[in-house]
Amino acid sequence: MLSIKNLSAQIDGKQILNGINLEVKAGEVHAIMGPNGSGKSTLASVLAGREEFEVTGGEVEYLGKNLLELEPDERAREGVFLAFQYPVEIPGVSTINFMKTAVNQVREHRGQDPLDAVSFLGLMKEKMKLVEIDQSLLNRSLNEGFSGGEKKRNEIFQMAMLEPKLAILDETDSGLDIDALKIVANGVNKLRSKNNAIIVVTHYQRLLNYIVPDFVHVLYKGKIVKSGGKELALELEAKGYDWIKSEAEVV
Amino acid sequence: MSKDNQLLEELTSREYEHGWTSDIEMESAPKGLNEDIIRFISAKKNEPDWLLQWRLKAYRTWTTMAEPKWPNVTYPAINYQDIIYYAAPKQKAKPKSLEDVDPELLKTFEKLGISLTEQKRLTGVAVDAVLDSVSVATTFKEKLAELGIIFCSFSEAVREHPELVKKYLGSVVPMNDNYFAALNSAVFSDGSFCYIPKGVRCPMELSTYFRINAANTGQFERTLIVADEGSYVSYLEGCTAPQRDENQLHAAVVEIYAMKDAHVKYSTVQNWYPGDKEGKGGIYNFVTKRALCAGENSKVSWTQVETGSAITWKYPSCVLKGDNSSGEFYSVAVTNNYQQADTGTKMIHIGRNTKSRIVSKGISAGHSQNSYRGQVHVLKRAENARNFSQCDSLLMGNKCGAHTFPYIDVENNTARVEHEATTSKIGEDQIFYCLQRGIDEESAVALIVNGYAKEVLNQLPMEFAVEAQKLLALTLEGSVG
Repeated sequence: MLSIKNLSAQIDGKQILNGINLEVKAGEVHAIMGPNGSGKSTLASVLAGREEFEVTGGEVEYLGKNLLELEPDERAREGVFLAFQYPVEIPGVSTINFMKTAVNQVREHRGQDPLDAVSFLGLMKEKMKLVEIDQSLLNRSLNEGFSGGEKKRNEIFQMAMLEPKLAILDETDSGLDIDALKIVANGVNKLRSKNNAIIVVTHYQRLLNYIVPDFVHVLYKGKIVKSGGKELALELEAKGYDWIKSEAEVV
Repeated sequence: MSKDNQLLEELTSREYEHGWTSDIEMESAPKGLNEDIIRFISAKKNEPDWLLQWRLKAYRTWTTMAEPKWPNVTYPAINYQDIIYYAAPKQKAKPKSLEDVDPELLKTFEKLGISLTEQKRLTGVAVDAVLDSVSVATTFKEKLAELGIIFCSFSEAVREHPELVKKYLGSVVPMNDNYFAALNSAVFSDGSFCYIPKGVRCPMELSTYFRINAANTGQFERTLIVADEGSYVSYLEGCTAPQRDENQLHAAVVEIYAMKDAHVKYSTVQNWYPGDKEGKGGIYNFVTKRALCAGENSKVSWTQVETGSAITWKYPSCVLKGDNSSGEFYSVAVTNNYQQADTGTKMIHIGRNTKSRIVSKGISAGHSQNSYRGQVHVLKRAENARNFSQCDSLLMGNKCGAHTFPYIDVENNTARVEHEATTSKIGEDQIFYCLQRGIDEESAVALIVNGYAKEVLNQLPMEFAVEAQKLLALTLEGSVG
């Protein structure tokens, strides 16, 4: 589904990614871990197409297309979803209205008719259950005055609505207490299928107790320095990142 | 050039939708302004002598006045002798019914989406259509007359209801009120007149649609709305003009007189031609709008969505004379390219327990300048007056300007006056968030801007709100850079 080859990127002349290689197949969940400043969020942003980041080398192939040539909104309509670490507020625009616009643009792209109000509401009710989100929250201005947990739940609700093929969760666990974390993780697990893939970007192993990954990759100084199964996350939890750092320095 | 700038270029070069002209045979006065021209206009309209005298007095006053220089706008000096003050579609005889109206005229309004054929109209809106200087047709007149509601062109009101016109003309905006009001009083050609009798709730929206067609012509219409005790009316005003290279002057006056317990809601979607992307051409919209809440418990709400005009200079105001009367002003003013707007309101609290509310949302894009200017004046007698003002500015790009000039004058210490102001920028983060959900950039801007202006748009009647939303999106398309 996703094939990243030797990807490098910079921001304001500062090199952040230094040759990333990653293969993600449909049905898989990959966790990207690493210490602060290792380039985890940059990788997520570059995949989503954030303009501030300049790709300086490498290729990204997504479902047979050159992902880097697509505009951010085209990527989204092709099924790339980013759950933001810091979701923005849009005053005066309800989540419902926002999602209706998004869902119908994605449907149009897929050659489907737009949903009328009734079908849209039906779809919404169904997805709301997944993330245990209340409709009163969705009537409010997008993310305005939402608690940290509400914002993250809203991200996963939007993921459920848009049914992406590739979902990237950027530090979705940050700022969540354990109950909120479970709800969010449950939602994600219900959305896992053999047709989609999920990349979980996280600093801590905690989230991976609930969203169990098939592969774990450790990012350090803009490079994947170690890959393994889910047990690698536990090892990191026990030993910290220092042993990875020293291992990487030796290489 | 960045992608955003390209998009901006592409979209701002899009033509103004209503920029076409109609080929209608016109009858005009010669260029220039003097007492003879005023006599000519008055004679053309077969006006009674009192009105001619009123006009002449206004003209003489105007010649002693100076054009205001305090608005935060710049434009070359206007040569008032280079303007045609009267232009009217030539018609053989005064049409008795819609069937007699020149089909070319009807077509002009059809093209604007204003059908004057009653059976084709959405029920619920009666229209008075004004082309250049004269009212072309008024719909649903008979139906309204059954309730005693008078809704007709100003000229007709002068003929049919002189006592009402004489009593209320200039009662809210005196002829010497300001430079442009005096000019209007001297040369106004037509407009709408509306009277809602005691206790009557007008069952449909009343609307005036203004269209400037002729070149080198100024449009000076006058609207007078009188709401008798306990009545209610919702009034809409729309306007467009052809795309021309020279600037055209529009100096209108709107007067609203609200008696005891009357409630008037006045909504405008202003879409005059704003000039091209280099700032050439466009309408100078210098308008005086004022309401007098004369009676106790009367209420007037102004809602305006200002998207057009090269220059806008306008302050729909409320004089709260009656005890417990209230005034509201909801405004969205959008400027793009080289447009300039200096707009806001005045709330004059005279009566006791008077209340006013001001919600102003300015949006500036391109090289435009957008100013809010508002005055809240609480006079000595106005015990327990309340005002709440909120003035927000939204900037798009970094070449535009937003300015706020609030004036607060309080002479009674029981008054409570609150003022809130914010300035924000459409964030790249907000746009990116929308893009990441599959929403294209134009829809994203429209979504964000409409969200920002929601509180004001919510005040508009349904059909108007939809039009206003589209207009906002159209005016700002691609202006994020």
